[in-house]
Amino acid sequence: MTIRFDKLGVVIAAIVSYAAFAAPFATFRANRIVPGEARSILDALPAAAGPLLLAIVVGAALIALLKTPLILRLAASVVALAALALLIGVSGSFLTPEGNTFARISPASGFWLLIFAFTLLLADVLTRLNLSPWARVGVLVVAAAAIGLLLVSGSWNSLSILKEYANRADSFWAEGSKHVTLALGSLAAAVISGLPLGILCHRVEKLRAGVLNVLNIIQTIPSIALFGLLIAPLGWVATHVPGAAALGIRGIGTAPAFVALFLYSLLPVVANTVVGLAGVPRAANDAARGMGMTDRQRLFGVEFPLAFPVILTGIRIVLVQNIGLATIAALIGGGGFGVFVFQGVGQTAMDLVLLGAVPTVAMAFAAAIILDAVIEMTSTRRREAQPA
Amino acid sequence: MIEIEGITKRYDATTVVDDVSMLIEPRTIAVIVGTSGSGKTTLLRMINRLVEPTSGVIRLDGADNRSLPGYQLRRSIGYAIQGHGLFPHRTVAQNIGTVPVLLGWEAARIKRRVDELMTLYQLDPQAFGPRYPHELSGGQQQRVGVARALAAEPNVLLMDEPFGALDPIIRNKAQEDLLAIQKRFGTTIILVTHDMEEAVHMGDKIAVMDAGKLVQYAKPAEILAKPASAFVETLVGASEKPFRLLSLGRVRDAVETGAAEGEAIPDDASQRDALAELLWSGRPALPVKGADGRPLGRVTVDGLVKRAARPA
Ligand SMILES: Nc1ncnc2c1ncn2[C@@H]1O[C@H](COP(=O)(O)OP(=O)(O)OP(=O)(O)O)[C@@H](O)[C@H]1O
Ligand SMILES: [Mg+2]
Repeated sequence: MTIRFDKLGVVIAAIVSYAAFAAPFATFRANRIVPGEARSILDALPAAAGPLLLAIVVGAALIALLKTPLILRLAASVVALAALALLIGVSGSFLTPEGNTFARISPASGFWLLIFAFTLLLADVLTRLNLSPWARVGVLVVAAAAIGLLLVSGSWNSLSILKEYANRADSFWAEGSKHVTLALGSLAAAVISGLPLGILCHRVEKLRAGVLNVLNIIQTIPSIALFGLLIAPLGWVATHVPGAAALGIRGIGTAPAFVALFLYSLLPVVANTVVGLAGVPRAANDAARGMGMTDRQRLFGVEFPLAFPVILTGIRIVLVQNIGLATIAALIGGGGFGVFVFQGVGQTAMDLVLLGAVPTVAMAFAAAIILDAVIEMTSTRRREAQPA
Repeated sequence: MIEIEGITKRYDATTVVDDVSMLIEPRTIAVIVGTSGSGKTTLLRMINRLVEPTSGVIRLDGADNRSLPGYQLRRSIGYAIQGHGLFPHRTVAQNIGTVPVLLGWEAARIKRRVDELMTLYQLDPQAFGPRYPHELSGGQQQRVGVARALAAEPNVLLMDEPFGALDPIIRNKAQEDLLAIQKRFGTTIILVTHDMEEAVHMGDKIAVMDAGKLVQYAKPAEILAKPASAFVETLVGASEKPFRLLSLGRVRDAVETGAAEGEAIPDDASQRDALAELLWSGRPALPVKGADGRPLGRVTVDGLVKRAARPA
């Protein structure tokens, strides 16, 4: 019998062997800003737990390395990820000296690499399983519930990032809701104005090139520069338009951040609307007119539903982009998770940076999965209907 | 009645339809034939104003077709589009119900009508109604396209190569069904086809188009007997002409007195079928029976061959 290797498995096994044996699993710091000391898996965990974790990750890596049934690979990745998630919490309490509230334990590069390797394995298995859109959302919900459970159970409370959270729980949720409001609000504004603009560009050919070029140029302006450019006009509006200031419109703060995100969102929405409408089969449009639909009935009854998956792709781009970009709003006092990132950078407190970055990444990731599923659901019917 | 008067359509410098005039009597079928690109579709689409003519007038029952808004005009005219043009995001039942929905029929009536049409076109409403067009064969899609055109029981029906994708058996059936519908409702039909056989069989009159011009517009027998030009002659197929001529006549019009051996042929069969049967079985004569089974006489090879000759 010949032993056959899985291509991705080779990469995963290589990462795991480096991460488990050569890289630090956790970092111990006497307080939140001093440099840390690295701890390996065996040093970071109680007597029995260390070898157990090593056995699990090595076993899972072997399963990944060889050509094995999908279901076994799925089990291996889930078990390894669960063990890592649980034991990093154990390591937190184990390494924290009794009664010491200044010491900080944080996951180190080895831990993150192991998470990365087994997430890679999990993602590969899920792709190969060819899950339906609903099932993918289901997996996301289960994963979110598991993480939520770990957070609520307190098993991670001794980790540094949660200590940072405990110190600013109130502002965490306030900034979080600001972040979401900024990202979703600017998206909503972009959709409300971008869709009609896209339809107009589709119908009026003369407008199309001009509008798309302008939006393209806006897209290339760096965000900081765009904020700068917005300070003057918004400041002018605040002082000269009655009631504007009362609405919170100012040269700095939430208003320019909102406007900037909105402007960045316009191009994907408008461009995808134009592309989607242009892709509606000629015959369908022709039939719609031939059956006696008015222009409006044709737009809402035929063109729009057929262009919808493409438009939705534009909205997906915008949503993921906005969740990430909203971090920058903190630079001009616009709030959001970026507040923690920039405070953390200022104080060289890595944990605080993570407190802002991790939820941002998680939200963007979840948004991408959900919208991909929705796009697939709306487009399956149509996919094969296109003439070859 | 459809009156087409001096209709011309130009795209920039090219004239696609050139000064066409024709009159289509109510409750008749006019078939348009012609080579690809000769302007058949364009002419058809000027009737329901999907294309606006450069000059000329089209009147439907005496009224200029520009007296209504385009979309209202089109709801009253059935249109079977070349290559079916079904809505990919709507089910078969929804596709067929398009115009009734636009006209505001109530749901129960729409459902009844859709089921009726699907049954007529041999598509089981239960099985096919909820399917999407891409789940149908080309021939089934085409039948749905025709059913959609018929849905609102229009007085005028425009059909652009409606039976092109059907196999001979289903095509025959579809042609007979259309003729039956046309008889029953007195629909006026303009049908575009590339199939000369279909044109001769279906048309009360045939219009031959060449490079945008109407070169001949006459009864099938006249087109076959007296083609107006060499082009028409080639189009109708010189070697096929005698058989086409025969296919126009019924056996009852060729009956001679006398008896013959063998299985009788019904008197409403075409003369062409009778001749084919005679040649195939190697007999000189066939008995003819009426619809009630009564013997009417016989048809002979000699008699039929005389009828296939060019009329004087
Ligand atoms: N919108 C348009 N713009 C420019 N030219 C057009 C347009 N529509 C049709 N034509 C041209 O007009 C001519 C006639 O087209 P039409 O579709 O009426 O032909 P047809 O007789 O129906 O052909 P076929 O049998 O292939 O369907 C063709 O040469 C076509 O290229
Ligand atoms: Mg055509």
